[in-house]
Amino acid sequence: MNTLININNLFLSIIPAEITGLPKMAMIALIYLGIFAVLGLYLVLLERKVAAWFQLRLGPNRVGYHGLLQTMADALKLVSKELTGTVKADKFLYNLAPYFVIITSLMALGIFPFTQKLQAYDLNIGLFFLIAISSIGVIGILLGGWSSNNKFSLIGAMRSGVQTISYELSVGLSLLTMVLLTQSLQLSEIVEVQKNGWLIVQGHIPAIIAFMVFMIAGTAETNRAPFDMVEAESELGAGFHTEYSGMKFAYFFLAEFINMFIIAAIATTVFFGGWLSPFGVTESIPWLGVFWFLAKTFILVFLMMWFRWTFPRLRVDQLLTLEWKYLLPINLVNIVIMAVIVWLNLSIQF
Amino acid sequence: MERIIFYILAVIMIAFAIASVSSRKMLRSVIYLLFVLIGIAGLYFLFDYNFLAAIQLTVYAGGIIVLMIFSVLLVHHIEMELETARPLRRLISALLCLAGLGIFITSIYSYDFNVSLNATTTTTAQIGEKLLSYGAGGFILPFEVISVLLLSAMIGAIVVARGSHKEEKKITPNKTKPQKEIKEIESMKVEILEEEIPL
Repeated sequence: MNTLININNLFLSIIPAEITGLPKMAMIALIYLGIFAVLGLYLVLLERKVAAWFQLRLGPNRVGYHGLLQTMADALKLVSKELTGTVKADKFLYNLAPYFVIITSLMALGIFPFTQKLQAYDLNIGLFFLIAISSIGVIGILLGGWSSNNKFSLIGAMRSGVQTISYELSVGLSLLTMVLLTQSLQLSEIVEVQKNGWLIVQGHIPAIIAFMVFMIAGTAETNRAPFDMVEAESELGAGFHTEYSGMKFAYFFLAEFINMFIIAAIATTVFFGGWLSPFGVTESIPWLGVFWFLAKTFILVFLMMWFRWTFPRLRVDQLLTLEWKYLLPINLVNIVIMAVIVWLNLSIQF
Repeated sequence: MERIIFYILAVIMIAFAIASVSSRKMLRSVIYLLFVLIGIAGLYFLFDYNFLAAIQLTVYAGGIIVLMIFSVLLVHHIEMELETARPLRRLISALLCLAGLGIFITSIYSYDFNVSLNATTTTTAQIGEKLLSYGAGGFILPFEVISVLLLSAMIGAIVVARGSHKEEKKITPNKTKPQKEIKEIESMKVEILEEEIPL
């Protein structure tokens, strides 16, 4: 944090004041890109380690100390690989699709408050912007699946579209339930409200239901098991990215893991107090906020990995039944309950 | 700075709008249309009207374009191309478009816009209050009408889903019939085969 400020000051002293805006923005963007690309790689490593742990294996343990550099090596390999493509694909859309997926997931990262001060852009509609951005990401998957000119890709893309459109509703509605409590969409204000107790405590029963619905729908939105119909290995090859190789495949892969991080980070911010420490233990040391934010986020990421390696894959009809017959009605009733609680001041405040 | 961003967005929007109409590949024109819509969202962000920008992204880019892509995926094969229109039709549509553009430009330039200097961001709370106020400039009536419409659509959807469910139940007891028919056909086949064997 301090080094960041020092770098920023050094930067400001070199460049005249009028044109600092744009390079400053560009520099922040580059730092974010670097940090989250590395973070994505380590999430992949974490996933592999967790999978190994659940299956009583060792997991990657050769490259670096306990396999810490394994995914770095994988990334280098992917960068150096040849980009193959199909002859009869729609080249323009085929090449465009990975960028849709990765850009939308990186855009969402920009507005998370990691501490009170460490936030790239505090949008006044933060939460809504996150939902809006995540609804665009699916276009990349649809495009990639169609333009590959491959049966498996097309089926995967169609499944992904159905799944994301359905589960977007539940994500939005469960977050809306919490907005009733926070009375703001701005992420910094949502964290500010939680100084009187995290929202999952403030909103007690409906908040816990909303959290469960959000985690289920969020897992489905990121196309992870048990909702990985999109790239069901046993039936579709690799689903929508069957025809991609090298770095373009890596974009899809990285985006999936960054999306998982985003879902966990939204849950942290909205339900578990963002960068606030439990019971205000480290309130006097504000920069520890990053630690608390990441700790909570990684616990939730671990929860999602736990889902993945525990539950078997759902069928398409089960998937849609779960959303339209269970999650959506539960959500609608939940919003009404939350409205009554806010109206009668029944929320728990410390 | 803002002027530069505006012109960049405007050029992108016009270029992709033209590309969207003139492209002969269906999915590509949908994607060019998506870029136009994202450009409009960018304009709203530039005006600091974030709420409308996010609505633009969710409803148009996320909702309508995804539906369009879906329908294209269902009916369109990758090697198909749209046929080009006849020259006369092209000429007529070009003239009509130019006439429309002329009307737009004249009306925009004949109206004198008031430059407002207050650069306040419209918050969601303000929009909500405006939607629910029944005084002057309030939107309570359209808001309620839309909510009734949405409610009736929702109930209608449930009724439609229920109705088909009941019919399915009626059908299920008869499911044994086709199996019987299949068995009959199979037995007939066997008979035929048996008849053929002595020959």
